[in-house]
Amino acid sequence: MDIKKMRESHKLLAEYKYELGKIERGYANRTLYVNISDNTISSKPVTETMKEKFVGGKGFGLWYLWNATSPSTKWDSPENEIVIAGGPACGITQYAGTGKSLVCSISPLTGIPIDSNVGGYFGPLLKFAGWDALEVQGKADNDIIVYIDGNKGVVTIEEAPLEAVDGHILGEQLTEMYADNEDDKRNVAVVTAGTGAEHTRMGLLNFSFYDPRRKTTRLKQAGRGGIGTVFRNKKIKALVVKFSNVKGNLNNAYDQSIINKTGIKYHKEIHDLDHLQNNMRKIGTANIIEVMDEYDLLPVMNFQYGSHPDTEKIKSTVFIEKYITQGVQDGCWYGCSMACAKAADNFTLKTGPYKGQKVTVDGPEYENAAGLGSNCGIFDPAAILELNFYCDTYGIDTISFGTATAFAMECYGRAIINKEATGGLELNFGNFETAVELLHQMSRGEGFGTVIGQGVHRMKKMFVEKYGADADFLFDIGMEQKGLEYSEYVSKESLAQQGGYGFTNKGPQHDEAWLIFMDMVNNQLPTFEDKAEALHYFPMFRTWFGLYGFCKLPWNDIVPEGNQYTDEPAKVPEHVQNYLDVAYGVTGKRLKVSDMIRESERVYNFQKIFNIRMGKGLRKDDKAPYRSMGPVTKEEYESRQERYDKQLKEIGYHIEGKTTEEKIAQLRKYREDQYEQLMDAVYKRRGWNSKGVPKIEYLKEIKMDLPELIEVVKDLQ
Amino acid sequence: MVKIIKLNNRDFPWEEGLTIKKIMEKKRYTFPKIVVKVNGKVIEKEDYEKTEVNKGDKVEMIHLLAGG
Repeated sequence: MDIKKMRESHKLLAEYKYELGKIERGYANRTLYVNISDNTISSKPVTETMKEKFVGGKGFGLWYLWNATSPSTKWDSPENEIVIAGGPACGITQYAGTGKSLVCSISPLTGIPIDSNVGGYFGPLLKFAGWDALEVQGKADNDIIVYIDGNKGVVTIEEAPLEAVDGHILGEQLTEMYADNEDDKRNVAVVTAGTGAEHTRMGLLNFSFYDPRRKTTRLKQAGRGGIGTVFRNKKIKALVVKFSNVKGNLNNAYDQSIINKTGIKYHKEIHDLDHLQNNMRKIGTANIIEVMDEYDLLPVMNFQYGSHPDTEKIKSTVFIEKYITQGVQDGCWYGCSMACAKAADNFTLKTGPYKGQKVTVDGPEYENAAGLGSNCGIFDPAAILELNFYCDTYGIDTISFGTATAFAMECYGRAIINKEATGGLELNFGNFETAVELLHQMSRGEGFGTVIGQGVHRMKKMFVEKYGADADFLFDIGMEQKGLEYSEYVSKESLAQQGGYGFTNKGPQHDEAWLIFMDMVNNQLPTFEDKAEALHYFPMFRTWFGLYGFCKLPWNDIVPEGNQYTDEPAKVPEHVQNYLDVAYGVTGKRLKVSDMIRESERVYNFQKIFNIRMGKGLRKDDKAPYRSMGPVTKEEYESRQERYDKQLKEIGYHIEGKTTEEKIAQLRKYREDQYEQLMDAVYKRRGWNSKGVPKIEYLKEIKMDLPELIEVVKDLQ
Repeated sequence: MVKIIKLNNRDFPWEEGLTIKKIMEKKRYTFPKIVVKVNGKVIEKEDYEKTEVNKGDKVEMIHLLAGG
């Protein structure tokens, strides 16, 4: 690559100089606004009200997005924004998982706000460059790069015609371009999408960090909701930030010593216990592949089943022994001893434009292995890694791709679509060659790949209109809600998790709540009220991570010794206190758990009302596909007949002499009714009315009765 | 008399010589982060094999992953 030539071809469209400033208690106290339509750049102050109501991170992102858009804004409207914000704890180097950014935009898949959290260095370096958030609005005429030089205090918008688009190449090119030398590369962070993001609605953003041991640019993904599609639609090729003097005290914390103390305690836990618990340092989140299979929770063939004998071939130890480089400190931000950002080095690609090249594959994470693997009936670790690589570099969300491809494969298997529809592709479960070709088609913008790239919601409509498919059946088996594809867990046997997916703000992603063990296995949530309490606490607790810039994984992917003796071991109380201590250390705010929940309630309900403002967010939008609740087909029922027959007997239904179809119908009636009852209980617990609308009195109670919010909900009380 | 224990507050058949380890094998509870209690008392992992469960005991096997 001729970096010099690429840089010389840049055309400067705008330049903005700023004072470098200083961070106080985790806040730079200003945010950066960049408009790429009219090439204006400006600084906005962070107000005390913003901090009080929205804290930072996702809170700031949603607030800016609300102000930038109107109810008629579409994902590709110029006024739609991409907002990246870290939060006050972002950039701490003494505790694990403190480099997260939250990215918000109006989603091409759902039409409502999406938030996606991501590691890598961009968020922390952005803050150290002087900005609590970056807000990008408008649409460029030609491909541009926004460059933030946090050393010199200069922001530029530059046309960049020659660089690649695919994430793994562009990340390398820009790291090389903006670093002064090899040592300086760790001071450069790049956000990219990829060619596939241009031709689909499920584009992701890659956030880079330079790995000096591997001498390569690594990529972490803001995967959900198609923000990469927005990015490329705006003709943004990349966002780059440079800051060269990362130190442990740059947040200018209120009490650094408590952060240090908490961090040392936690690092020791990781060192002593990780190998006895989840093996995050060896394989990252993929440690649970075989666990999910064992508990019948691993999605197999479009969520029809929860386990498969061939899972043995893709279990975590296979990746550890054959592919994933061991003994490397794989943290995606400084100081993360959990180090779960694993990678397969020297992986030789078998297909596509980079065929034959040896690459570093960032992953697989659990969702990749389950979505690209078992859910598509693919039980080949090398195939999963290749799909993982191409998803990342093309800028395609592995979860949406996996779930959407699995749906299309089932439709093909049931002759709902045929080879004519797929352009000649044999779209059967287990067909890696076809799955990877779909990705290449997404990159090229052609063929059936671009149909899958529209997501399950639009495929359902298309298959009904074009091929006469049964709309009700497609609704049952199409694993999407609000337009977003389900993430990779089978929720059929956990009513709480059906709600954990179904009552989310952004769509069915498990980052609000994962309650399957508590509910299905532990039986800790026997009543609707118990489930509703969990569906209040956990989504609020987990929202809080995204307000401060924390990663969720260090919370419960390892637990301290003695956790079993606490009153509520599932909440990991000691780690909750760690977070409160670190947040106190940074900001000086001494929060209790109830304060933490209250902070989240404000932002959570803000997002809920944002959804309502955009035309979703009501009870009807929380309706879920039946496959998330129970067996749709005869094959599914009969594969777990003993389980389903037992439940029917327990509810007093006489199964003798009944056909499978009759039993399916009866079970469905029962389970759908349970889901509705759960919805009532959860809405009540969350302070919403039966339509799913926050009550004004509740908004007053949580101090979120902003006039613009009341305006949206007042006629829906 | 029905020979059962309560496992996570559900009925589970009891048999002579039933231990924590045997219950976990029968239930295929392979997850590494499980808190085990018998009648409210925490049982450490190294004691699973030797800890026998009696008829009517209340056994909890709490899987800790609550996050995903």
